[in-house]
Amino acid sequence: MSAVLRAQALGKKYKQRWALRDCDLDIPAGRVVGLVGPNGAGKSTLLNLASGLLTPTAGTIEVCGGRPAAGVDQLAKVGFVAQDTPTYASLSVADHLDLGRHLNPTWDDALARDRIRRLGLDPKQRAGKLSGGQRAQLALTLGIAKRPQLLILDEPVAALDPLARREFMQDLMEAVAEHEMSVVLSSHLVSDVERACDYVIVLVDSRVQVTGDIEDLVASHHRLTGPRRDPDTLPTGLHILSASHTERQTTLLVRTDTAVHDPGWTVSPLGLEDIILAHMTRPADAVRDSRPALEVLR
Amino acid sequence: MIEFHLNDRSGLSPYQQVVRQVRHALRLGLLEQGDRLPTVKDVARQLAINPNTVLKAYRELEHDGLVAARPGVGTFVTRTLADGTLAAHGPLRQDLRRWLTKARLAGLDEESIEALFMNTLRNEAGEDVA
Amino acid sequence: MIWLTWRQFRTQAAVMFAVVAGFAVLLAVTGPQLADLYESGGSSLVDQLSSTDQTLYYTGLTVVFAVPAVIGMFWGAPLISRELETGTHRLVWNQSITRTRWFAAKLGVGALAAMTASGLVSLAVTWWSGPIDRAVDNGGGTETYLARLDPLAFAARGIVPVGYAAFAFVLGVTLGLVIHRTLPAMATTLAVYTAVQVAVPLWVRSHLAASSRTTVPIGSGTPIGIREEGREIAVPLEQPGAWLTSEQTLNAAGRPSSPPASFADCLQPASGPPSMERIDRCVADLGERGYQQQLTYHPAGNFWPLQWAETGLYLGLALALAGFCAWWLRRRLT
Repeated sequence: MSAVLRAQALGKKYKQRWALRDCDLDIPAGRVVGLVGPNGAGKSTLLNLASGLLTPTAGTIEVCGGRPAAGVDQLAKVGFVAQDTPTYASLSVADHLDLGRHLNPTWDDALARDRIRRLGLDPKQRAGKLSGGQRAQLALTLGIAKRPQLLILDEPVAALDPLARREFMQDLMEAVAEHEMSVVLSSHLVSDVERACDYVIVLVDSRVQVTGDIEDLVASHHRLTGPRRDPDTLPTGLHILSASHTERQTTLLVRTDTAVHDPGWTVSPLGLEDIILAHMTRPADAVRDSRPALEVLR
Repeated sequence: MIEFHLNDRSGLSPYQQVVRQVRHALRLGLLEQGDRLPTVKDVARQLAINPNTVLKAYRELEHDGLVAARPGVGTFVTRTLADGTLAAHGPLRQDLRRWLTKARLAGLDEESIEALFMNTLRNEAGEDVA
Repeated sequence: MIWLTWRQFRTQAAVMFAVVAGFAVLLAVTGPQLADLYESGGSSLVDQLSSTDQTLYYTGLTVVFAVPAVIGMFWGAPLISRELETGTHRLVWNQSITRTRWFAAKLGVGALAAMTASGLVSLAVTWWSGPIDRAVDNGGGTETYLARLDPLAFAARGIVPVGYAAFAFVLGVTLGLVIHRTLPAMATTLAVYTAVQVAVPLWVRSHLAASSRTTVPIGSGTPIGIREEGREIAVPLEQPGAWLTSEQTLNAAGRPSSPPASFADCLQPASGPPSMERIDRCVADLGERGYQQQLTYHPAGNFWPLQWAETGLYLGLALALAGFCAWWLRRRLT
């Protein structure tokens, strides 16, 4: 399958500060990708680079086989629902659909009108009078009805209440089922990503910490608990993400591609949230080889 | 028709939960041969989960010979799990009761029994995979 | 894109054109009567005008002055800054339209409307004031009404308001784009536009067309103004409708020079202010020493060359700013 998003040594610098750097990504098409990380980690920067709102300071980024926002054809391939889902406050819901119809050659008007009807939005209502959830749904409608190959959503549900959040994700997943598009969505909450996504990118402190298929990540990460022992005696092929010790017990979060057979360890599975948190708290200099950095780990 | 529910605290991935719920329904006779499973789109919407996850679960069920997908129509149950093993449940339960009595006599409480059982089950499963 | 531009713009446009139309109707009703007066009385028209006519005359000047400034502030400045402020640029830049085209459509529609509004109001005012302007140019001596070339009247006649409107609009757009916030952009637009409107007649306009020169001999009876205690003199230009841009005293050799010290001494009697006779004698004496006054001016006939040149200047500025905006949008807002 071809890559829907490919980045090489991608970086973006604002004045003196790198918002994103050394970013290498190769995301296959047809995935729902969750981009997670704490606030200010560079999630918006990466998504704005992918949508072409920003241009890179270093490296390259390619989306759907072209440079982001390079021309009308390229713009038509990518839908973008920006953070806080901006809409024109003085324009009505129907005006927004007209906007989409006039500005997008691939616009699916029937789809857009059907969605608005099912959402129960009054087409004559001004967007400024909509609730946060309704505005997000309107922005999503504009993104979907454009019929993009890739839909990018920047923290789409961050400002929504739990009910609106669930409804938004339901609609998004339905659209993915219907239209076979790739999706990249960012969130600072793992729970948003856990259900909807099958691929994850963890961004911490402007760098990509871990990326990959969620199933693979879950299959390769384990919690090992056992009697206290020196981590140096561990078999090779284990990458330790974190280690904690009590007087008698040692608990390790490890990543490994092979099964752990040592009967001295109790092996238990790790949820996605634990895995992501383990990668988030890992110091940046321990990325490559975690063994020598063990002393500084908690 | 079956309705799926997700439990975020189950420790199982959404895909495993869907598979498990179908198998469970088949075992209890809630789903019978010829029943149609909800469409991928409906499940994705209802649970707000990735449609690929639903597809993957359905494919596994298909691989196990429990359901068959008919393009353009839907996914249908081809076999139930209620018949074969149901007969074996009685004797197995008997054995388990006897084992539980032995465990209690040995001084294990409920919690210890559960830990021992789960640990053994998990290790067994791990060795199968390995 | 034209559709969206129009949809976002139509309320502001409607308000502006309603005001312009209302004012035009008022002028259309009162105008023909002025034409009739000029028909029958020629240049004496200026003495027969009522106070209502005078009010309308100055209201016309004010309105033509105000329209481009209002356009720059209320159409130009918010055009981009409001999008940046509310984040809607992130919505519209992700539709299938390039930033450059989006900008070109918004700027094009806005500038066209701005030029039309300003042009219409100028047309109405120019037509209404036509009889008065002709009367003044033909020698109807008056303190109340201005020649068409007078810096104040010039900016409210003919085609220059079209150039002003285009410039003010694009200036507002540019400042909005650079400042990002609507209110500061509006204030800055007004300040910069006003500064340009003051600077151009003071230092630029007179160089936009070839001016004429005339040398006036100084002698007894020459109406003369004396400034700086005799170190500077001024002579009026006896040409109706002309715009005097500078004057210079020449000595007997024909070189620029201040009046000699003896002239100043002549004007300073031992006690009290100089008498009229004494001044007349001093002036006559200055003339006999060969001093003359050179006047540089634009004759009334230079009105249209100056109008075209200044309109061109402002349109050129507007184009340059538009180019700058396009560059800024592509390079700096990333």
